[in-house]
Amino acid sequence: MTNFFKQSDNLKELSTETDFDTDLTSTEGEGIWLEYGFTGLLWVMALATAGVLFWMSWVIYKDAQPAVREFGLNFLWSQTWNVGQEKFGALPFIYGTLVSSAIALILAVPTGLAVAIITSEDFLPAWVRSPLGFLVELIAAIPSVIVGLWGIFILIPSLLPFQQWLFDHFKWIPLFNSEPFGSGMLMAGIVLSIMILPTVAAISREVLLVIPKELRSASMSLGATRWETIWNVLLPSAGSGILGAVILALGRALGETMAVTMVIGNSIQISPSLLAPGYTIPAILANQFAEAIDKLHIGALMYLALVLFALTLVVNIIAVLMVQLIAGNGLKNVLRPLSLAKGE
Amino acid sequence: MTTEPNFLDQSLDTEIHQSLPLTRTLFSRGMTVLAFALTGGALLPLFAILFEILRQGLPPLMKLQEMRLLGLPISIPEVLVSLPAPEGVQDRANGFANAIVGTLMMVGIACLISVPFGVMTGIFLSEFGKRNAIANAIRFITVILSSVPSIVVGVFAYAVIVLTKLTIPIPLLNATFQTGGFSAWAGGFALSVIMLPIVALSTEEALKLVPTSHRLASAALGGGRFPTICRIVLASALPGITTGVLLAVARAAGETAPLIFTALSSQFWPQGLFSPTPSLSVLIYGYASSPFKTQNQLAWTASLVLIGLVLLSSILSRLVTRSSLKIR
Repeated sequence: MTNFFKQSDNLKELSTETDFDTDLTSTEGEGIWLEYGFTGLLWVMALATAGVLFWMSWVIYKDAQPAVREFGLNFLWSQTWNVGQEKFGALPFIYGTLVSSAIALILAVPTGLAVAIITSEDFLPAWVRSPLGFLVELIAAIPSVIVGLWGIFILIPSLLPFQQWLFDHFKWIPLFNSEPFGSGMLMAGIVLSIMILPTVAAISREVLLVIPKELRSASMSLGATRWETIWNVLLPSAGSGILGAVILALGRALGETMAVTMVIGNSIQISPSLLAPGYTIPAILANQFAEAIDKLHIGALMYLALVLFALTLVVNIIAVLMVQLIAGNGLKNVLRPLSLAKGE
Repeated sequence: MTTEPNFLDQSLDTEIHQSLPLTRTLFSRGMTVLAFALTGGALLPLFAILFEILRQGLPPLMKLQEMRLLGLPISIPEVLVSLPAPEGVQDRANGFANAIVGTLMMVGIACLISVPFGVMTGIFLSEFGKRNAIANAIRFITVILSSVPSIVVGVFAYAVIVLTKLTIPIPLLNATFQTGGFSAWAGGFALSVIMLPIVALSTEEALKLVPTSHRLASAALGGGRFPTICRIVLASALPGITTGVLLAVARAAGETAPLIFTALSSQFWPQGLFSPTPSLSVLIYGYASSPFKTQNQLAWTASLVLIGLVLLSSILSRLVTRSSLKIR
């Protein structure tokens, strides 16, 4: 009975990584205090690095308290945001964040999967595949503010006729029933999808490459065409890894700031139409934090930051756990797209 | 003895050579077309952005200014050495040199903070990594830290530094260290929190690649943990660590969100660590949303310079890796 996972076992044996467990600390002799001191220093600095996350959570939680005490949980579904009257509510921003991320996922997941399939299967010769994969990852290296700049001056004018066409012909669908004037939720979704595409593509590609060749051969030998193999055998078998990639991309989309702020139109109205401007949590934080003076305003903004922080924390923890479980020791799979990631 | 091809063989023959039913052929061809179309669509924004940056950003760089560097007259693009001129003024040189200096300053501060902590954490994770539950927890926390949105990191730096007013005198240098208010130091701190997990995780990866035999040899010669790590392991892993630091620098140079309300921006040269400091990314953001055409134009040029910086860092990091592989 063929062991279908033999290939990945072989990969683990060939690994050049150190699986080294011997404790090298000397326990006597000269320089022993240097040993202890160095070990102590290592512990302190590593704990400090981990401590930054807890410090961050505590600081944001503490500074959100004025607003939490004032508004409580009603903050999350109240729609007013009036700086003068000191009435704040988070619903427009939560709505905008979720909707723009949803649009981004709908656009980026099929495209990312397509890129992953093309770069892992042999549709193209090998010398085209790696540069192609590299180019897609290069998108992640472009700083988000440059993507926003491009969005404002190139993407929005180019897509305005398309948006106008959608409005003229599909007014009866609530999704398109507002007059487009360039920036809006749809634009934000498109720009976001450009930014999260490399994450989906890179991780899906890694997951697809690890599938043992025996599965492909078995499916082909039963008479399936290449696409039937991909659709019915490979994608389901890589399914949980791809799901982890999608959740990781969602986590990135939720926190994306600059490109979204520049193209979403910054309007506090909630509107079901995709062509209408909106607002996201990162966008209002970027716009209003620098000028916020009264304590309640800062507190409300901190409350929003707390909501965003908690949301992305949950999504990212789920994603990292999934990808770690699937890829085993493959933290590299998570690391490379993350470290190549763009700035915002 | 030859056998006559009988009825069974012939029907098998035709069945094998028969073409696929229409639906399956359509599915195969259609999906191939769709996959290639989507891949083309994925690459389109990359080329569009790069093309546009070159097309709109390159012309202002053509305007050169004569300068003397070390006594030799040279021509440098005007935008790289001048301060922003007030809007509408035609005869003054217009540029964003202060933003370039500011970015380099704040990334430098970020490196000073994050590289020691990151490298030490990386050493910790690779030396204690597998045996220790705490080390696994620290690694997990570091990965989570690397995925925190940068705007939240900015809010954190704002709360810690900009909102708290502290003045600590430094006795030997006759200077004071102050927090409170927008400053380059706050921006650098925010960038260091962003760089820290990247440096830590890539240091760990680099250290894991050093063969066990080197460590054992050093121990056999009487080296404890400290000499082994500092003399042997770190020296071999240095290219990998440099790669990680350069990638982190590339990421930090492009960050905008944390700098908008920690370092703010300014029209003048950076004045020390404790005042608002301009940076390339915030400048691009400001100029992009400005109503003046010249500033929009300069935003493209600043993007070109920023992408040049990011690309330079990434290419350097790859060169370092490749040269280290050659030596091995």
